[in-house]
Parts: sequence; structure tokens; C-alpha cells
Amino acid sequence: MLKIEKRASPSKTWNWAAPIMAVALTMIVGGALFGLLGVNPFQAIAKIFYEPLFGEYAFYYRPQLMIKAAPLVLIAIGLSMGFRAGIWNIGAEGQYIMGALSGAGLALALYPMELPILLPLMVIAGALGGMLWGLIPGYLKVKFGTNEILVSLMLVYVAEQILASMALGLMKNPEGMGFPGSRNLQQYPSAHNAEIFAGSGMHWGVAAALIAVIFAYVMLTRHMFGFQLRLSGIAPRAAKFAGVDPGRMILICMGLSGALAGMAGLFEIAGPAGQVSIDFNVGYGFTAIIVAFLGRLNPIGILLAGLLLAITYVGGEITQSQMGLPLAAIQLFQGMLLFFLLAMDMLTNYRFRRSTKEAV
Amino acid sequence: MDLSSINPVLLVASLMITATPLLLAALGELVVERAGVLNLGVEGMMITGAVCGFIITVETGSPWMGFLLAAVAGAVLSMLFALLTQVFLANQVASGLALTLFGLGLSALLGREYVGIKPPSTPKLDLGPLADLPIIGRAFFSHDIIVYFALAMTVAIWFFLQRTRAGLTLRAVGENHDAAHALGYKVVLIRFAAIAFGGAMAGLGGAYISLVRVPQWTEGMTAGIGWIALALVVFASWKPGRVVLGAYLFGGVGVLQLNLQAAGVSIPVEYLASAPYVVTIIALVIMSKDRSGAPASLGRPFHASS
Repeated sequence: MLKIEKRASPSKTWNWAAPIMAVALTMIVGGALFGLLGVNPFQAIAKIFYEPLFGEYAFYYRPQLMIKAAPLVLIAIGLSMGFRAGIWNIGAEGQYIMGALSGAGLALALYPMELPILLPLMVIAGALGGMLWGLIPGYLKVKFGTNEILVSLMLVYVAEQILASMALGLMKNPEGMGFPGSRNLQQYPSAHNAEIFAGSGMHWGVAAALIAVIFAYVMLTRHMFGFQLRLSGIAPRAAKFAGVDPGRMILICMGLSGALAGMAGLFEIAGPAGQVSIDFNVGYGFTAIIVAFLGRLNPIGILLAGLLLAITYVGGEITQSQMGLPLAAIQLFQGMLLFFLLAMDMLTNYRFRRSTKEAV
Repeated sequence: MDLSSINPVLLVASLMITATPLLLAALGELVVERAGVLNLGVEGMMITGAVCGFIITVETGSPWMGFLLAAVAGAVLSMLFALLTQVFLANQVASGLALTLFGLGLSALLGREYVGIKPPSTPKLDLGPLADLPIIGRAFFSHDIIVYFALAMTVAIWFFLQRTRAGLTLRAVGENHDAAHALGYKVVLIRFAAIAFGGAMAGLGGAYISLVRVPQWTEGMTAGIGWIALALVVFASWKPGRVVLGAYLFGGVGVLQLNLQAAGVSIPVEYLASAPYVVTIIALVIMSKDRSGAPASLGRPFHASS
């Protein structure tokens, strides 16, 4: 008989092997699913994962990868901090919207004034907007003990309603001939989050994501706060004895992840998206949860996971247009990835032992 | 603005319809949580139930087949969660989220060709003379059987949890799984059953949204009702009777804001539409101080180490 036994400490090997195996399993099961949908599975998988990187039109898709990966990585870095400490901010989608609205609102209020520091100011406004939205569930948790999962999620729906209200009302383009949506920030030079190198897809959000990765890495491995964060997650009681204030930890984690999600929203609305519109948010805040887990809550891992999920987005669009594979299949594919990862993680925390016969 | 256009009788009647999916899903989750498992996948199971119920009803023409298979679909999906958390011992919060993300993708994929179709209508239950009563008849006794089924389930679940041996066992597993295991109860098996029941109820609730409350299929149509159901369990302090109260309260907010929209109140539509979510947050804040009703083993993984 095989027996399951908890490991004394999580296996380092499996910690990194589990995501790789999860990706492989998702490809196999996802491929079978694509087969059921009447699409050649091998071709579909190859198109999703190969075409955006090395295909004939990769010069067009590679910048797209950067654009998709940047918000995912930026948001996931913030989320991973809280997840490490057992603080579950799953409302990043709402913080992303509120950040975008705060920053875009500032720009639209100043239009058409040309200010060299407008974009940096917008970034700050975006971070503040997301931070405040993230601090609501944080504050309620500290003060009243409400569940941050439910509150942060409810606030996503509220943020979506505010977005709709802004796109149709306050921020509507006065010269838009009645169409919903704001002025296009891409046509407002001071506010435009333009590419740093033309045609590379590398806008300021990509730079911010890379900086966030480095900062998070240094903080987690070299700084006292990183240690307290890890301790709070592994042993909350020990953390308390070590002088970690749990309330402060919650506020920092919620505020930080909100600020990063808000910045991600701002970079998107001032760059690739361009305007405040009803369908501005596309679920990066939720996909970032998968990115954070797949990346093992580790900054470098999140960077890689963000790129992988960006590939599935871009690859999904390719298979949709070329093979008629519905976009929802990619969403399912991403959900499946998280499932397999969670299942494979058993091997990280537990091990199988052949049970020896015990004397009775 | 013309508030007199709001008919209180119809308001109560539509309140009962709005509250039913919430009530079904929350009752299911209540049983799951009383067994010590936190399944955050309610939204995913509901939307899967919504799409499966809709497809089956459109294809067979029978809403009853639709409701039945929606419950089955919810239960099957919940087994993925059970497998992850009970067998693979995965984190319950993460697994629940995965279930929701997966369910949203699955339903969007399945429902692609069913957008914009009108499903066969679900017949009303014939309550004879009761339905002919003035005012009360229209408000309370002119609904389909699912509305009354949800109310009956509340009583049944209360009776099961408080008055039967099996219910006591389930609560024991939720309060202290190690002690229950030591007494020889099959913790994992009981939790599997509870999770399946929760899945079936969520699936049924989802189908009620796509077949009766709306009735139509659109992507992401559950719009957070599954999450509100989760909040409702906390609001109700894990007591079935208070779940009904909460569901009708939340249903009331939903119906009222729709009626105010229709009556043309000067508050923008978007702010009215966010009312159910804001009210949920307020309710959570008020109710969260008292956590005495929470099962002690809620969300903790169980692994029989001997």
C-alpha cells in the first residue's frame, strides 16, 4: 500500500516541477478539448504556443506579448505579497478599473493642456485610486473582521458600474457625437503612455512591471518586511510574537496590491486601450491570480508565468481568427491550468511512502 | 419620477423570484460550510448550472429536465473541487477561485450558440383557490414549484442539521474533523457528499436565473450572485432560517433598484445597479463581529495522519 505523508518542509524540486507538469497536463487535456471542438489539437497547441514567439508574424505578436504580460505581472506581483501572508485580495480587477479612472480622469480634466509631467502625475493618481479601492476591504477587515475576499470581489462589480457611469456620463467625449467613451488619450501627447522604443510594444507599464519584479525580489529576500510577510503566512502566531502587527500587514498588502493594480490600469488606459469605455477591463485582474500561483508567488516565477499567460492570450486570438477556436476555450484553458497546478502541488507538500507492515 | 407606478404586489412577487436563486445557492453552501469546507466556486457552479439548464431545456423543451441536469452539472463540477481539496489536499481558497474561473470559461464555451434564444417557459404551480386570493394570491401563491422547493429545502436542511443523527455527524465533521475522524466517521466521504449537495443546489439556482428570472442566456449572467450567496451564509451566521431572511432582503434590494430604475428616479442607473453589492458589503460589516456561528474547522485541510 502507498501511504501519503506530509513533508517536513515543501520540496524545492517539486515546487518548480509542479508548474511545468501542470502546463504539460493542460496542453494534453486542453488539446483533447480542442479536438472535441473539431479543431486539430496538435495544430492548435502549436499555434497557441509557437506562433506568437517564433511564427512568421512574430514581429507583430511579440510586442503584443509585452502589452498583455505587463498588467498581468504588475498585478500578480502585488497579489503575491498578500497571498504569501494569507491575505486574499481577489478584487484586483476593480482596483485596476479605479486606477485607470483616477489617472484618466486627471488627464481629461487637464485636457488640452500640455504638461511634461502629466503622465507621471497620472501614474501617481492611478496608483492612489487603486490603493484606496484596495484599502476599503483592508480597512473593513482590520476594523470589523469582514472577509476581504467577499468585499474586494463585491467592489469589482461596483467599480464596473462606476466605469460604465463614467464612460456614458462624466468622462464622455464632448466631441464624440454622442458615442459612449472618453477622448482618446493616445491623441493627447502629454497623457499618452507611448512606446519607449517604437514598435517594440514596450510602454512605460512594461518598464514598471520589470521594476516591480526587481523590487519585490529584493524585498522578499533581503528586507525585514519580506521576512515578516513570509512568516505571517507560514506561522501567524510566531509572527505575532515576533512583533508583526497583523492589522498593519493587512493594510500594507491590500494597499500595495491595490496600488500596483491601479498603476496597471492606468498604463493600459493611457496606452494600448486609449480611452475610458464600458468594456475597458478584460479580466486581467482575475487572470493575474493564476499568474501569481503559477509563478509560485515568487517575483521571477511571476515574470515567467505572466509571459506564459500572455502567450495564451495572443495565441488564443490567433487560433480564433485562423482556426475558429472560440476565445472562451482559452479562458477555460487558463482555468484548467490553475486546477492542474493545485493538484500537482500535492507532490510539493506531501510524499508517497510504501507503508511498512507494522507489528500489532 | 413616478413612484406610484411601482406596484407593491408585483414587487413582492418578483422579490420571491429574485431571491430564489440566491436562497438555493446559499443553502447549498451553508451545508458545505457546516461540514467545514469553504467552497468559493459557487459563482462558477451557478453559471455552469445556468448554461446547462438552459441548453437542456431548449433542446428537450422540458424545463424539468433542464433543472435536473443543471443540478447534476453543478454537482459534477463541484466534484473537481472536492477532488482537489479532499484528495489532493489543495488550498481551499485557491481551488474555489479556480472552480469559478473554470466555470466561467466553460459556460461561455458551451453557451456560444444559445445567446438570444428564448427558453420554453416554466409552468406555474397550480395552487387552486390560494392563487385566487386577492393580493396575497398574486404575491405569494402564483409561482413555479422551484420557489416553494427552495423554501421547503430551508426547513428540510434545518431539520437535517438539528434533528437527525446524520446532520449531527456532518456538524461534528465541520467543528472538529480530527475528533470526528477519531470517532470513526469518514470525514472525507462526508465532505464529498456535502460538496456535491452544494454543487447541485448552486446548479439549480443558476438554472433558475437563466430559465425563469431573466429568462435568457448571456455570458457571465450570474453577475456575482454566487458571491452574494457566499456573503449570505456569513450574514446568516450559518443558520438556515436566517438564510431565507437574508435572501429575501438581498432579493428585495435587487428588485427595488430595478423598480426604481423603471420608475425613472433621478439617481443614475449605474449607481442603482451597484446597490446589491454595496448592501452586501454593509451587511458583512454589520454581521462580521459575531463569528460564533462559524464552524471551527472551516477551510482547514484534513489529512488523516495515522
